[in-house]
Amino acid sequence: MIGILVFLPLLGFLVAGIGNRAIGNLAARLVTTAALFVSAALAWAIFLAQLGGEGAYTVTLFEWFTSGGLSVAWALHVDMLVAVMLVVITSVSALVHLYSWGYMAEDPSQPRFFAYLSLFTFAMLMLVTADSLVQLFFGWEGVGLASYLLIGFWYQKPSAWNAAIKAFIVNRVGDFGFMLGMFALFLVFGTLDIGAILGGVADRKGATFAFLGSEVDALTTIAILLFIGAMGKSAQLGLHTWLPDAMEGPTPVSALIHAATMVTAGVFLVCRMSPLFEAAPPARDLVVWVGAATALFAATVATTQHDIKRVIAYSTCSQLGFMFFAAGVGAYGAAMFHLFTHAFFKALLFLGAGSVIHAMHHEQDMRHYGALWRKIPMTFAAMVVGTVAITGFFYTAGYYSKDGVLFAAFVRGTEPARVAFAVGLFASFLTSFYSWRLMFLTFFGAARWDAHHHHPHESPPSMLVPLALLAAGALFAGVVFHHGFIGEEGFWRGALVHDPDFYHRLHEVPALVHHAPTIAMALGFLIALRQYVLKPGAAADFVRTFPTLHRFLYRKWYFDELYDALLVRPAKRIGGLFWKGGDLGLIDRFGPDGLSGLVGEGAAAARRFQSGYLYVYAMVMLVGLAAATTWLVTRG
Amino acid sequence: MLSAMILLPVAAALLVLWLDDAGRARLVALATTLVLLAMGLVLWAGFDSTTAAFQFTERHELFGGLFSWHLGIDGISLVLILLSVFLMPLCVLAGWDSIRERVPEYLAAFLLMEALMIGVFAAMDILLFYLFFEAGLIPMYLIIGIWGGKRRIYASYKFFLYTLLGSVLMLLAILWMIREAGTTDIPALMAFDFPAEAQTWLWLAFFASFAVKMPMWPVHTWLPDAHVEAPTAGSMILAGVLLKMGGYGFIRFSLPMFPEASVELMWLVFALSMVAVVYTSLVALAQADMKKLIAYSSVAHMAFVTGGLFALNTQGIEGAMVVMVSHGLVSAALFFCVGVIYDRLHTREIDRYGGLTANMPRYAVFFLLFTMASIALPGTSGFVGEFLALLGMFRTSSWLAVVMATGVILGAGYMLWLYGRVAFGALDKDDVAAMPDLKPREWAVMLPLAAGVLAIGVYPAPLLAPLKQPVASLVARLERAGPPAVEVSRPAAVAARARAEPAS
Repeated sequence: MIGILVFLPLLGFLVAGIGNRAIGNLAARLVTTAALFVSAALAWAIFLAQLGGEGAYTVTLFEWFTSGGLSVAWALHVDMLVAVMLVVITSVSALVHLYSWGYMAEDPSQPRFFAYLSLFTFAMLMLVTADSLVQLFFGWEGVGLASYLLIGFWYQKPSAWNAAIKAFIVNRVGDFGFMLGMFALFLVFGTLDIGAILGGVADRKGATFAFLGSEVDALTTIAILLFIGAMGKSAQLGLHTWLPDAMEGPTPVSALIHAATMVTAGVFLVCRMSPLFEAAPPARDLVVWVGAATALFAATVATTQHDIKRVIAYSTCSQLGFMFFAAGVGAYGAAMFHLFTHAFFKALLFLGAGSVIHAMHHEQDMRHYGALWRKIPMTFAAMVVGTVAITGFFYTAGYYSKDGVLFAAFVRGTEPARVAFAVGLFASFLTSFYSWRLMFLTFFGAARWDAHHHHPHESPPSMLVPLALLAAGALFAGVVFHHGFIGEEGFWRGALVHDPDFYHRLHEVPALVHHAPTIAMALGFLIALRQYVLKPGAAADFVRTFPTLHRFLYRKWYFDELYDALLVRPAKRIGGLFWKGGDLGLIDRFGPDGLSGLVGEGAAAARRFQSGYLYVYAMVMLVGLAAATTWLVTRG
Repeated sequence: MLSAMILLPVAAALLVLWLDDAGRARLVALATTLVLLAMGLVLWAGFDSTTAAFQFTERHELFGGLFSWHLGIDGISLVLILLSVFLMPLCVLAGWDSIRERVPEYLAAFLLMEALMIGVFAAMDILLFYLFFEAGLIPMYLIIGIWGGKRRIYASYKFFLYTLLGSVLMLLAILWMIREAGTTDIPALMAFDFPAEAQTWLWLAFFASFAVKMPMWPVHTWLPDAHVEAPTAGSMILAGVLLKMGGYGFIRFSLPMFPEASVELMWLVFALSMVAVVYTSLVALAQADMKKLIAYSSVAHMAFVTGGLFALNTQGIEGAMVVMVSHGLVSAALFFCVGVIYDRLHTREIDRYGGLTANMPRYAVFFLLFTMASIALPGTSGFVGEFLALLGMFRTSSWLAVVMATGVILGAGYMLWLYGRVAFGALDKDDVAAMPDLKPREWAVMLPLAAGVLAIGVYPAPLLAPLKQPVASLVARLERAGPPAVEVSRPAAVAARARAEPAS
């Protein structure tokens, strides 16, 4: 069953990819979408079987490669953690496939689009079902490839393919850490099988090895290196710059890859390796710091962006920060819970935004929106559901998961955890502010679009049905599943480090703490309401009052400019320097060209010389061989 | 069998020259290379992977027993012979239409080169090896010098100067070794223990030759010029097989014959490999000429081979071998990709292209696949090799692995940038837009390469199996010299508990 689930999307990719124009748009759409719906049904069946207590199992397919003590196999592993991911991936992917029927209806290369989506889904499934870190890395890079292809889907636009390259390369920086982490794991554990590694963690506490000239703690180093990989894929502060640019891709892609699934792979990795992180407290603290910093950074930037997709992208970045600091404080269940609910409401927000963009003929600038709620009421309703869920309104999905994350940080009580709680609370306030800002700018106020030019229209059913289903998830995923994810022992069954007693204490936080997220949410809503609805112009006044702050946020803390000046341009300059100065100026000048100068008068001599070189060469060789033979014969 | 594989292409070369007709010469050359491919597969099928011993051996004494026609293969030779015979028919196809002048001579040069390549990998006599090793470059000189581009004279001259220096030193070393050991037999030399102080000088002499062939930084500057000037098929075989002769030399001679010197001088190889990866990757980033870019990327990839080999452990050496095979396929494929569009537009300047995905979608797919294989995406052959090689390096020196792994980032940089500028963007140049997609002949070259790259990427076991025993015995021999390795130390209490519960 798990095999069919994983390989159906691959089949869909091959059919749509190879068939392409030969089979036509409809066949490509049908095959890929049908495959995904079957996979999604199987995923829910596996999830329910896991809920029913089936337990973890692994299906080994065949050997990948062995070398010395290293042996890597293709295998599919299933446990509760994996089952949760399977459900998220296949459900969102199936809905995104369906949604794309409408969204991409006018695109000339639909088979290619659906093929890429299915390829992505396959790679993501290989990632989560991996039993070995090498296979996980296969999926990890595979989703990176699919992401590259989909960001650059509209390859005619230079901005699109530049964004695609940027995404790949920034991720490679993370992969650099991931690979070193795997090498260190093999050094310390002698295997790259996840199960064997996690089983051997206890025996290796306190082990050290020489790394870059100093003797380092093995588990901490490994955990940090793996986390660098996670930072790349999950767009954490420092390696986040690719995610906003990735919005160049079609919106369904943003929903699937850059919100619900691929970017959460880093969180999944940390949870999958949770016993390792538990044994490496300094690495966990680092996870908390980075997660909290990202949550704050991205939320501040999101408050100033004009592009509707960029706001949601920064929001995703920020929410991923929440997941990481939850994992860092040891609340892996809470991290996964937020991952799970976030997949629904963020995919909903993205697809809702896509519906708006579709209605507005690919206009993405919110300054040209306004007063759209009457025109596209269904989309509006869906977006409202997504917004109340992300801001954590009572009994929505975000209410359970985000509050769970914040309370976990509070209860953990270490210094980084307390900071993370405070930062997270402030970020929640910002989340509420920018989410409602987006809603008010898009759907309320004066219509800032040209009525002659734009005729906003509601989207077709193929787009509205996924919105409705995701809206149901965004409303009810929390209330249905919170007992499992952040509660009873029977849910995770050892798939990640889980302490039910710890989660019990989440219900016993002081009243002020308990109500703090709700207050932050309300505050954010009220300020957004005042700035963008009740007092039009207030936002502009704010920008005039604090121009430096606004520019700093609007330019995304100048990360792109910094990297460009420090890394990208110097790399190209140094490359040119090495080439012109090193290869041509030094090596060639004093090497072959210099030699030819010695032989005669520069180029002319070289020309004379070359005509005979072959014979010279053959002669030298033959004379050498003859001399050798003679010498040996005389000696013998 | 091995003699037949060497003599058949020589005979075919003579036949082709005698026919003196372009059309028939092409057919004869293609048929010969296909027969050789079949013979290579027969070798593979009959090969016994459970032993490190040389197989299919043949011996005919020449010159009173001092120099013998002594052939045989172990797993390492087998893999490289397979690579050669696999690439050769594709090279013949690659030059099918684009070479129009002196076609019989051109094909004869290729057939001769195939004979010499097989000879290099199958020679069990060190003088015979030397003969094949040096003579193998003569057809390459001719191919560059006669069918090359505008600066072909300069390029072949540079190629020659570099090679000459190395080969003279190597010949001197070989002579000294024969005198010392009293044999020209390679297996006997591999088991002979040369005195440690002599090893250093011998090692350096061999190094001079192999480092040029690899090529290693800083003796790499002949490669970009040679590639740029060579015709497409010449570049394919140069990158695909000739560069592997350096790696083969290290693994066949330097490591087993001079294990102590290899340990003593590994720092030199590491230093040059680390410089090569960073330096040539950055230089590749600055190139405006496609072939130069791919040539520089070859230098960077070959640094993974040298780094992996001199990690002196199983993963490093096996990884280096897989990198060699993978690079053989991928770089040949990338040069062919350049050739395909060069044939249409007659320029290698990257900025002259753009937006090819629109009018050449199938070409774009293949080019993407090989680009991804070049940057070692898992699932392609490049990953298995680079992963194992880097893992091996990490076990020996974390500095080495960390610096070499930056190549993974930089490699993605220059390759994706190249791909983006060629295949993506607007199709706004009329002559580019007029370029047709792949022809059947081009499909016939692309498909086998793509299949090979993916097969090795997903299931490399058949490739790795013949390597196990030779590498294991090589590693055992190197153990004697005490190669360094990163140690993991555990606190006494934990280690004791781990010993008490071995089950965990």
